[in-house]
Amino acid sequence: MFAIYKRELRSYFVSPIGYIFIAAFLCVSGILFSVTTIQAGQASSVGSYFSLLLMVFIIVLPLLTMKLFSDERRLRTESLLLSAPVSLMSMVLAKFFAAYTVFAGTFLFSCLDFIALYTHGEPNTAVILGNVIAILLVGAACIAIGVFVSSLTENQLIAAIGTMLIIAFFVFTTVLNTYIDSYALRAVFNWISIFGRFVNFTYGYFDFSAILYYISLSFVFLFVTVRIYEKRRWS
Amino acid sequence: MIQIENLVKKYGDKTAVGGITFSVEEGEIVGFLGPNGAGKTTTMSIITGCLSATSGRALINGIDILENPIEAKRNIGYLPEQPPLYLEMTVKEYLNFIYDMRSCKLDREKHLKDICDTVKISDVLNRVIRNLSKGYRQRVGIAQALINNPKVIIFDEPTVGLDPKQIIEIRNLIKALGKNHTVILSTHILPEVQAVCDRIVIINKGKIVANEKTENISKIIDGNRRLNVKVCGPQKDVLPLIRSIPGVSYVDVLGTHELESTAYLVESEPGIDIRKPLFNTLASKNYAIIGIEALGINLEDIFIAVVDTPEESKKGKKGSKKSILAKKGKKIEIDLSK
Repeated sequence: MFAIYKRELRSYFVSPIGYIFIAAFLCVSGILFSVTTIQAGQASSVGSYFSLLLMVFIIVLPLLTMKLFSDERRLRTESLLLSAPVSLMSMVLAKFFAAYTVFAGTFLFSCLDFIALYTHGEPNTAVILGNVIAILLVGAACIAIGVFVSSLTENQLIAAIGTMLIIAFFVFTTVLNTYIDSYALRAVFNWISIFGRFVNFTYGYFDFSAILYYISLSFVFLFVTVRIYEKRRWS
Repeated sequence: MIQIENLVKKYGDKTAVGGITFSVEEGEIVGFLGPNGAGKTTTMSIITGCLSATSGRALINGIDILENPIEAKRNIGYLPEQPPLYLEMTVKEYLNFIYDMRSCKLDREKHLKDICDTVKISDVLNRVIRNLSKGYRQRVGIAQALINNPKVIIFDEPTVGLDPKQIIEIRNLIKALGKNHTVILSTHILPEVQAVCDRIVIINKGKIVANEKTENISKIIDGNRRLNVKVCGPQKDVLPLIRSIPGVSYVDVLGTHELESTAYLVESEPGIDIRKPLFNTLASKNYAIIGIEALGINLEDIFIAVVDTPEESKKGKKGSKKSILAKKGKKIEIDLSK
């Protein structure tokens, strides 16, 4: 498993995609950070920074995940992994963690932005930490979604767009709720919304049920990916 | 070493492999021969665990590939039709990656060096795979299959797209590998299996139509049994004369050529060399033979031969003679089960 992880991680940096991701993420998060905190004056809020960062995920995370499985299928290297003495689960996990490493590394690096806040005032460290943990887990869920979509197609573009749509759905279901009459549907949408659960963190409330939800969501999508491979083998 | 028992693979309603059974002994090189779409790749994918069979089972070294896939796969090296290469890696990085992925315990430096020497890629170790020629890529693919010294090596059409010199090199390589490994080689090129394999399994439309030692198959395709003979002389006299020669099983006119000669397709019975009696008989009547060409039987003929036999005789019962259809629907007799 570690061999696949290593190869996958390395592949981000022999092609431009890893650098594009890091540059895009740092650039956009930097701008958002400066706009929502330092330049916002009285209205300065780390909560709104993290909320907006969530929206950025919709665009940038698919960059990381789109090639994971689709490229293996396109280049016919899949059979190499499938005929190797490696379980499907470790194959999926290796790819997931490779993408996750790039994401988490970049995000944690972007957290250096907060040093600027400490020089200007006294931000609430606990709130920031809570948000960072939540963002790391939301990222895991989004990457798991990307892994799943990537296993469905051999076209990277389709994988990227599909991932964007699904992540957008999970992020924005609460927004859809304003247009829905049915109470039951609203409750369901509220429940599955990544963003709806994230709001608590921005208020400074560490929501364990949300943490659990993000972890479960990651597991579900990774598990479904394994099942997709098993099904393909049988069909 | 490999046991395939009643393997069936269906894609929806379409049956790709329809219940095949065969086994491969340790140290044997078996050629898996069939036209495109016969089910060769599907069977190989099942043996290597890339696909699951609809029913039946595949045992590698006594281990069921479905029940204990990881253990079974440790015994397999697999080169798919298109070598599974990560183009952005160098050869060295790639082989090291495979070494790690297979959790190889052999001495890394020495093992990789031995493999590179065997497949002759030592001089391209530091080159990026993307920049390698097709022949080199194929060899890197073979090198990959050799890592961790698997007992069984499976090659799916290893010589497709190579030039003749490379083809001979790869064949020699496979032959050499057969000394220490059990090898299955799939191909649709008949001379390839004749050159390399100990035994030939012929598959068509998902069924095994022949499973024979190579020399037996070679007897079937003995070139001297089908001749293109050019004879000067009137057709109406020459044709009955050739037919009257003992051992001739079939004669047909192929066409008229220069010098008022006619080309005949002459087929003889198994084990009989018809060339001498043919010459003597025609010479005695003063009809000059101006050309004899051995036609041989190509793969197509064998397929037509073994596939068009009645259902019940397909299994190739010992000693049973098969009436088969050769080219252009003409009947010849071959014995498949010697």
